[in-house]
Amino acid sequence: MKGKNRFRREYAGRAVVTAFGIFMIAVTFAIGIFLAYKGLGTFTTYKHSLMEFLFSAHWNPADDFQGGGAVGAAIFIVGSLSTCGLALLIVVPFSLASAIFLTEISPRFGAHFFQPAIEIFVGIPSVVYGWVGTSVLVPAIRKAFHLQVGYGVLAASLVLAVMIYPSITTVAADAIRSVPQGYREASYGMGSTRWQTIRRIVLPNAKSGILTGIILGLARAFGEALAVAMVIGQMKAFPRNIFSPTSNLTATIAADMGGAAEGGEYNTALWTIALLLFFISLLFIFLIHLVSGKVEHSNEK
Amino acid sequence: MKSEPEMNRISRRNRTTDRFMTGIFYAVAGFILLLLLAFVGYTLYNGFAGFTPDMLSFTAEGVGNQLFNTVYLVILALLISVPAGILAGIYLSEYAQDTKMTRFIRICVETLSSLPSIVIGLFGYLVFILMTHARWNLLAGALAVSILCLPLITITTVDAFRALPAEYKEGSLALGATHWESIVHMLLPACIPRIMTGVILAAGRGFGEAAALLYTAGMSTDLNWSNWNLTSPTCPLNPMRPGETLALQIWASRTESIAANSTQIANLCSAILILMVLGFSILARALSRHLDKKATGTAQ
Amino acid sequence: MNLQTKIAVRPDGSQTPVHQDLPFQQDQEAKIQTAYGKLSGKEKIKIGMQNLDLYYGDFQALKGINMEIPENRVTAFIGPSGCGKSTCLKTLNRMNDLVENCRITGKVTIDGEDIYAPRTDVTLLRKRAGMVFQKANPFPMSIYDNVTYGPKIHGVKNKAKLDEIVETSLQAAALWDEVKDRLKKSALSLSGGQQQRLCIARTLAVKPDILLMDEPTSALDPISTLKIEDLMGDLRKEYTVIIVTHNMQQAARIADNTAFFLLGQLVEYTNTTDMFNNPADERTERYITGRFG
Repeated sequence: MKGKNRFRREYAGRAVVTAFGIFMIAVTFAIGIFLAYKGLGTFTTYKHSLMEFLFSAHWNPADDFQGGGAVGAAIFIVGSLSTCGLALLIVVPFSLASAIFLTEISPRFGAHFFQPAIEIFVGIPSVVYGWVGTSVLVPAIRKAFHLQVGYGVLAASLVLAVMIYPSITTVAADAIRSVPQGYREASYGMGSTRWQTIRRIVLPNAKSGILTGIILGLARAFGEALAVAMVIGQMKAFPRNIFSPTSNLTATIAADMGGAAEGGEYNTALWTIALLLFFISLLFIFLIHLVSGKVEHSNEK
Repeated sequence: MKSEPEMNRISRRNRTTDRFMTGIFYAVAGFILLLLLAFVGYTLYNGFAGFTPDMLSFTAEGVGNQLFNTVYLVILALLISVPAGILAGIYLSEYAQDTKMTRFIRICVETLSSLPSIVIGLFGYLVFILMTHARWNLLAGALAVSILCLPLITITTVDAFRALPAEYKEGSLALGATHWESIVHMLLPACIPRIMTGVILAAGRGFGEAAALLYTAGMSTDLNWSNWNLTSPTCPLNPMRPGETLALQIWASRTESIAANSTQIANLCSAILILMVLGFSILARALSRHLDKKATGTAQ
Repeated sequence: MNLQTKIAVRPDGSQTPVHQDLPFQQDQEAKIQTAYGKLSGKEKIKIGMQNLDLYYGDFQALKGINMEIPENRVTAFIGPSGCGKSTCLKTLNRMNDLVENCRITGKVTIDGEDIYAPRTDVTLLRKRAGMVFQKANPFPMSIYDNVTYGPKIHGVKNKAKLDEIVETSLQAAALWDEVKDRLKKSALSLSGGQQQRLCIARTLAVKPDILLMDEPTSALDPISTLKIEDLMGDLRKEYTVIIVTHNMQQAARIADNTAFFLLGQLVEYTNTTDMFNNPADERTERYITGRFG
């Protein structure tokens, strides 16, 4: 019967797409569970404490199955935090200014030249940023500041800043665009200059969107591995200043995973770092929901 | 309220600040454009300055094999992630009610899209290499990259379906079509151009990806272009062989400078990748311009 | 017949022809004669437009507008949608500058000064000619901050002074009694009518002499509309009020003078009584009797 077939197809179609919807959950959970399964070994099999992992600076895991090494990842955590923090400090003013330029100053030029330029920035692979970082930026920093090596926090931060610049700019520009036109009219109507309107009306009202953009950028910076690994210097020591070489969470995985014996303490500790990165991603998602949820809430009032 | 000279003074000060800030915004925009121009110009110039044709050859000295691997890997990844992403997107936009479950799937998609690619690479390494007891292989790399592309395509699909006018669906349902028939015959075809833009972006991401491939696709490639036995490890089309990509080659040049001209090779790889980015960007823009024209009815 | 009865000399020195049988008087109730009709008004003309043309790209939105608007009167702009009445209103404080491709020829004067002269300070112009918009658009901040926004951008910092401005402005907008206990509450917590009155207060806070209102009641319920119409009767004592409205009853109720626009042209401009009882132009008559528009 024809009619029956149609409904069978309807149900089959529905079942297939539902399965793929659930597949998304499955993939996410699979990643979380497998990372936990490998990464928790540091605490269960090798009996290290979470406090040691997070706060000790002593990183010397044994590359065997006996264990007994030290798994303090504080250096890498500090390395990640300092490079990402500095990258944000560098990039946020540029991103904000660019987003304002795109939306308020010159929308026409922005749409024709600036937006495409930003899209090209987005597309450039991170290894290319890393490579240009090593071949141009690192020697330049060495010469400019008369250092022995140019690798270090500053080089990593600059590379990260360029990498996350387009993400923050795009989201911030969207947030600024969504500020109701009526607010701008009212402000101009009272005799504000453009800058007064931007500073007192547009930016405060785009605040949460801009913040979301910054968090997204931060998440991308935190997760970037190879570009950072190429310029950070990969030294297992706390950075003393912005020129010191150090290491971070992702660079350590990228550099050491291949050499560590599967299932050994060293290898397991690296999985624990990956697990930590997974949790940091969840934290960023949570923060974004918190920030954008607040907006919806305040709009309802 | 204020005397006239006082008001004029304040207004003058306001306008001076305004002009100053406007100057700053132009300066920043100009700086960014110059930076991009310098970046792209430098990379392309450096890449092709010492260029010799044998650097593109399909041998251990050239990057032809890497180029082939990159394209092959991205095609494999898209073959997996495009159907899966579109189907999941259809579920989210058409069938899922606003329930806890739907919200949960959304959060999963967001989490997937924000995971560091090295973490996805490690997951791929664990599941597709360690647990299958395989060597580094192209398919594992493609699977890892498809996990990266999956959320991107899902989100684009959802956005594309949302952007359709409600009348499309109502019209189709009113003619007696089932929901599924409306989707297959009416809604999905209308979404294809928009989804294509997402696929192009995903492909762009795949071309440049390195961290996810580090421990999945492997860092070596050894192809025999006369070997077409699909099970042989040197057959180009065998997905179960190691396959270093262009992006990985750049990373390798940094850490393990084996060949004497590795710097030059890395420069060339960077230049090729930049060219691809430019090409894809132009393609995506052309497509979206075409879309806009179609939507406004100005297309001929 | 001597020259005096034909030509009236205004305080700013310009001259205007006067209808023969109604000599110009320096009287509150005098009627100023224009090319279009007799205006209700005092001796002083606040705003003048001469041969004003306005183009959006290739489209001409205003065609040769000539009008003079007397001080301390409510002037209504009426006409069907797209007739140019809002556009004309926005030329008076140069809000049209914000529209791309907008080009203006002709002259617009306020107190005799050409506001499109190159040296014009647009921020001071807009301070002088405040604007209230169709949709109430209070900023998403407190009532207090909404009112003090304008004074602050024009350099008022003194807290006591700001407090005083808030009180007088809200009182002038007939909102003070309703909100004096919750000045720190968000402006978005007010009702639609209150929001629009807040927008009026916000505009008054920068001490303008002209109030430009672009369909200020079109999104409000009848009771809120009534309140704002009452308010306008008070405001005309201190301000020159120009209101764009699509509601002819409203124009008849509140305006001293009414201007009828059609397809970018000023068709008829006279005192409101004449306009509604005795329109000179056939098109005006057809519009006010509801036969088109």
